[in-house]
Amino acid sequence: MELLTNTNHGLYCPQADVYIDPWKRVKKALITHGHSDHARPGHQQYLCHTKSVAILKHRLGKAITVQGVDYNECIRINGVQFSFHPAGHIIGSCQIRVEYKGEVWVITGDYKTQDDGVCTPYEVVQCHTMITECTFGLPVFRWEAQEKVAKNINAWCLENERNGETSLIYAYSLGKAQRVHALLEEGIAQVYTHPTVYKTNEVLLEQHLFDRTSICFDKDHFPKKGGIIIAPVAFSRSNWVKKNRKLQEAMVSGWMQMRGTRRRQGLDQGFVLSDHADWKGLLMAVKESKAERVIATHGYQDVFAKYCTELGLQGETYDTAFEGETVDV
Amino acid sequence: MKQFVQLYRSLDQTNSSIKKVQALVNYFDIADEKDALWTIALFSHRRPKRTVNTKVLREWAAELAGIPLWLFEDSYHIVGDLAETISLCLPAPRKQDDKNLCYWIDYVRSLKDLSEEEKKSKITSAWDSLESDARYLLNKFITGGFRVGVSQKTIVKALAKKYGLDEAVVSHKLMGNWSPDTHDLQSLLFDTSMADMDAKPFPFSLAYPLDQEVEDLGSLDSLLFEYKWDGIRGQLIKRNNEWYLWSRGEELITDRFPEFKSVLDINTDNFVLDGEIIIRKDGLIKDFQELQTRIGRKNVSKKKLQDSPAAFIAYDIMEFEGQDIRHLSQDERRKKLAPLITLLPNQQFSLSAEIKTSSWDDIKKLREEARSKKAEGVMIKQRSSPYQTGRKKGHWWKWKLDPYTIDAVMLYAQRGHGRRANLFSDFTFAVWDEGSLIPFAKAYSGLTDAEFKQITQWVNKNTIERFGPVRSVPAFHVFEIAFEGISLSKRHKSGVALRFPRIKRWRHDKQAKEANTLADLKKLL
Repeated sequence: MELLTNTNHGLYCPQADVYIDPWKRVKKALITHGHSDHARPGHQQYLCHTKSVAILKHRLGKAITVQGVDYNECIRINGVQFSFHPAGHIIGSCQIRVEYKGEVWVITGDYKTQDDGVCTPYEVVQCHTMITECTFGLPVFRWEAQEKVAKNINAWCLENERNGETSLIYAYSLGKAQRVHALLEEGIAQVYTHPTVYKTNEVLLEQHLFDRTSICFDKDHFPKKGGIIIAPVAFSRSNWVKKNRKLQEAMVSGWMQMRGTRRRQGLDQGFVLSDHADWKGLLMAVKESKAERVIATHGYQDVFAKYCTELGLQGETYDTAFEGETVDV
Repeated sequence: MKQFVQLYRSLDQTNSSIKKVQALVNYFDIADEKDALWTIALFSHRRPKRTVNTKVLREWAAELAGIPLWLFEDSYHIVGDLAETISLCLPAPRKQDDKNLCYWIDYVRSLKDLSEEEKKSKITSAWDSLESDARYLLNKFITGGFRVGVSQKTIVKALAKKYGLDEAVVSHKLMGNWSPDTHDLQSLLFDTSMADMDAKPFPFSLAYPLDQEVEDLGSLDSLLFEYKWDGIRGQLIKRNNEWYLWSRGEELITDRFPEFKSVLDINTDNFVLDGEIIIRKDGLIKDFQELQTRIGRKNVSKKKLQDSPAAFIAYDIMEFEGQDIRHLSQDERRKKLAPLITLLPNQQFSLSAEIKTSSWDDIKKLREEARSKKAEGVMIKQRSSPYQTGRKKGHWWKWKLDPYTIDAVMLYAQRGHGRRANLFSDFTFAVWDEGSLIPFAKAYSGLTDAEFKQITQWVNKNTIERFGPVRSVPAFHVFEIAFEGISLSKRHKSGVALRFPRIKRWRHDKQAKEANTLADLKKLL
């Protein structure tokens, strides 16, 4: 029997009878981070990093039964040892290490190897088997240094402000929104956040996990001239956006690397900035984990597994109910 | 190439045509003349001749990126653009680029007679000197297909604005056979005495699809009706006793249709005709498929000329007795056209007859019968309109017949290119034949972005097998396929070939077993 297996409920550890990021309802779920394709509603018990507890309650409801653990803290379940380690993806994101009778697996969840300055940076965890995401598992994805992208975003916002136009930045409400916000230089323009982002920020502010402030965008509070709005991409379909002519829209995502996906959004600008590892990041993570067996999931798993095999590793794939992060959300 | 890269970025980053025009004007303000000229050439599909084949480009790129060729190829299928895949895979450049656009164009052209080893060394050295966007553009100079959402119209507008010229004049100047080798900016835009003016075509007047009730176009007698012939558009020029034939895509196709040389048989000289090239044998118009066997051939055999003789159905005249008469009304132009055509050999030349009609019902009925005339619908033209430059509203309308349709099952899917990169958008469709599915058509267009997204998720989850970039999927989804024509074909497994198949709609209401059969399809023959 394998220590972990892929079931139709999600990744399962039979010895401990627990699931990791399951997509169907289960008794006990270990959660890598708060994004909705990893933290699903309806489980009886949740186990996640302490920084994710408030996020889970905010997103899944106050009534959920959730236990928080610290980095490197060991949890034993029926002889299996579980521990959580920083994944560098978003605030509270973890890799989960699973050890039983000397065999070690690591489930990376989503991760990036760049330090974004907002969440706890990625740490290498050695293992025998690594289940790695590979959202950007193609050699065409390579990220520039964050400072360089930040410079471009700030320059763009400044230019818009000077032209009296509002900069509307599309970013995931949890993770990317805070990262982008933190990269904005103070004093360029007043920052507004979409209510979804604003509420997420409030939760993080309360936990002292984030410290930037903004005005909550609503029918009485919106930029009349200039200004910056951070919003989820669904906001692009709102009437306010459709009717507003003094807007410049940008998307911040790793997918902006591809011209086709950038053009498809029909936006003015695309900034390449991702909370996932790029090709080099993935390869570095695999190498430093010292894993002999690599199971690719969430992304271009076939390509990535095949390449791992060529590197002399045992490359395999797991399919998931989710397609990983896609641009069209 | 920094200025050109900056231009490309500005163009690529906006959907507003006003901003695109402004970006071009700004560029023309600062670029040197030769660069500006090449920019005009590139944006009007005059790229340098290909000097390196794409197969070796892939190999060199994979080698330089330090990845196996299969990985490069897989990436290419997902990115959907070779030039872009190369620029993204390669390591960052180690050298600085301080050269202008012309330098790099000449650089690419200078590879022509070099050995493969020399080409490799020059290309890899260029890649090592250019940052990602510049690299992408250089690759585009080599591989072609330079599309950045700048239409001919945009470049015309920008030049007109920059040099204070009339748009129609600029549009005309940019037509025909010119290149940055034969012209400078001055001679291209301002000179009228060049010898090659003889061959220069006029910009075509283009029709809008009829998108309103036909009765609302105006009074019946203010409109001219003719059949919409199912061939290729052609512009036939006779000047100084030489003749030239241009396609709608501004390709000089004189040599492909030698039969029209008989235009020289008459004494009348210096005129330009607009019309449709079709195949007509013994007075009967043939299917478009027969014309297709002629279009691509640069050398036409005697037998081919005999079997599939081409004819020119003229419907307009832009120049008469050496005078540009585009400003005259449709009716006045026709008065010059009709007698001229009677002088020309009638085996090759005829007039696109006006459909005389007395009522709207009459014209609707005639349209329905267009297929029996080998036409694809009816053209409607405003009698008082001058000959327009390009597509202008309110002058010419095309009123096409509804296409044929058939319900088919999707069997294979492949990722698209360009703005459909990473989405499954290219599908193979099948119909039933004795219990099995026979593929009969591929179609790329017709779904909305949201539908492409939905089908992409489904394909990802339901792939049965992968053949390189192609995925086979279960017979599940039914689509209504529209097409313009159908003919027998020995080359296709289904035994039929369709003309311009595209997806009309997704039939969520139908199950795979309810799709049409091959017999249904063949009934349309």
